[in-house]
Amino acid sequence: MSAQVAQVELAPPPSGPVPYPREFSIQLLTDMVRIRRLEEKCAELYGAGKIRGFLHLYIGEEAVAAGALPALAPGDNVVATYREHGHALVRGMSMNAIMAEMYGKREGCARGRGGSMHLFDSATRLYGGNAIVGGGLPLATGLALAARMQHEDRVTACFFGDGAVAEGAFHESLNLAALWKLPVLFCCENNLYGMGTAIERAESQTDLCAKARSYDMPALSADGMDIVSAYETTKEAVAMIGQGPVFVEYRTYRYRAHSMFDAELYRQKAEVEEWKTRGPIHTFTARLKAEGKLTEEEFLALDARAAAEVAAAVAFAEAGTWEPVEDLLKDVHTP
Amino acid sequence: MTRKLGYREAMREAMHEALASDPRVFLMGEDVGRYGGTYAFSKGFLDEFGPERIRDTPLSELAFVGAGIGAALGGLRPIVEVMTVNFSLLALDQIVNTAALYRHMSGGQFSVPLVIRMATGAGRQVAAQHSHSLEGWYAHIPGIKVLAPATVEDARGMLAPALADPDPVVIFEHAGLFNLEGEVPDDCTVDIAGAKVRRGGTAVSIITYGGSLPKALAAAETLAAEGVDAEVVDLRVLRPLDTATIVASVAKCRRAVIVDEGWRSGSLAAEVMARIMENAFFELDAPVARVCSEEVPIPYARHLEEAALPQPEKIVAAVKGLFA
Repeated sequence: MSAQVAQVELAPPPSGPVPYPREFSIQLLTDMVRIRRLEEKCAELYGAGKIRGFLHLYIGEEAVAAGALPALAPGDNVVATYREHGHALVRGMSMNAIMAEMYGKREGCARGRGGSMHLFDSATRLYGGNAIVGGGLPLATGLALAARMQHEDRVTACFFGDGAVAEGAFHESLNLAALWKLPVLFCCENNLYGMGTAIERAESQTDLCAKARSYDMPALSADGMDIVSAYETTKEAVAMIGQGPVFVEYRTYRYRAHSMFDAELYRQKAEVEEWKTRGPIHTFTARLKAEGKLTEEEFLALDARAAAEVAAAVAFAEAGTWEPVEDLLKDVHTP
Repeated sequence: MTRKLGYREAMREAMHEALASDPRVFLMGEDVGRYGGTYAFSKGFLDEFGPERIRDTPLSELAFVGAGIGAALGGLRPIVEVMTVNFSLLALDQIVNTAALYRHMSGGQFSVPLVIRMATGAGRQVAAQHSHSLEGWYAHIPGIKVLAPATVEDARGMLAPALADPDPVVIFEHAGLFNLEGEVPDDCTVDIAGAKVRRGGTAVSIITYGGSLPKALAAAETLAAEGVDAEVVDLRVLRPLDTATIVASVAKCRRAVIVDEGWRSGSLAAEVMARIMENAFFELDAPVARVCSEEVPIPYARHLEEAALPQPEKIVAAVKGLFA
């Protein structure tokens, strides 16, 4: 069997007009660049031994988080996976708190108890950072249940990968959310691989929207490499939430390894290179430039600002402190 | 003042009181509504509180236990009923990987004020897949509290403090106790802080919990008739274990037998024994003994099932062995 994914024809690179004012367009681009710069630095710091444990990079998939999250309201809930640095950042967590958490420092969002896979932020209603594939779906369903029972106008967006679709938690949660008509936005980041297993080697039905529709919920598919598609589709889905849950598939691609331990024996370099022609950042930058919404100088300036933000976050994490060992047992239970 | 009450009615009253007094409380599980509860604990609740708060769920233990966690994070106080501990294995991921970890893993940002109730135990000829006693497994996990109400008073009183607890609490209700009757005070306030001595004695400390408590008390009566004054300690709270009460009883009686319906290897009984070794070794006049379930799937046939489980006769024999 070829390691090449059975994607017969790769769609052409995202193109076409960007239907937003200049300021919002640049915000979308800036968030993607911030994620990219943050994670490139994380990879470097991992090599330097500053970040340990598991590190799952989102590089290549930035348009999903950077496009989907702006379609939510500040009062909405977000449940994410272990590949969630971008979600935390776009949702509003400071890069300092993220980086310090990855360093394991007390100044991290979870005081160093969670690390890369467990970013939490009550202020922005980010309920983790979940390292069990599919583990967030029942939780999100319950958050939505609480919102509805308390008459709160709140959507719960639950991010998960295509790998989670094979878990029982996916099927049980979609059924329950649809049965009870709960305001959940099921956001499936389909990057075509569950770790090293290509989707057609894991799923009898690779049309993930068809699975969602079988639970009697609307399902939309977005081009996850195109931030316009990610934003527009999410906005459309959120507007449909009133009648119950909605499923959105973001078709995307991970450029880096699954984690830092992955030798990538399961796919060919050519496939990765081919997907890079659809890269979310360079294609969107080109579109903005073509429309006169962005100059090269402006791009370099926003890129430099992102790099400076990363540098400041590294300095913040380096200067951070270790939680005293005497606090080890703190917060197993509420005091 | 006291009154006579059955275990089922006690659980029903406890839930009724919680639902009536706190709008954040709701009950969710398989057949809790129209059916009235598998064990009739919630009979009539659907009519009184409505389908929003008395939620019949599909047979999706993983999803509805996880939804209980989410609802708790979202501001509610769910009571999630899992029909039996056997089925809770389908939800173990959410209990162990989410509920128990969230507060610590989030650096104290998110607590999960959830109560999970489930029936447990053997003794009704319902065979291997309906007879597990896995309290010891749950008691292994930091981040959850584990309760075992073994008296009508605890069945009536433990739910309120469990719901008031800001962290997840798992309550094990032994099906062998459901027809128990007892006297309860009108104001049935109990703590969920530790163990209780159910029968005072001086010659041997019988330490147990849940469905084995009546067996231990019966054994103590038999022993009393033979001149052996046994003390019976009901652990009540299986996590965190009340080491002080265990040690005090053992130090007084100088002999101990642990009775645990769980299988012997890696059991809660083993943990209790370890704590006695750590804290009361020099108080002992004899090695600590234990009566656990035989290491076999619980069989259907009555005589085999009885042989597999702790019984008063086995407890009496174990106690006598300490004096041999």
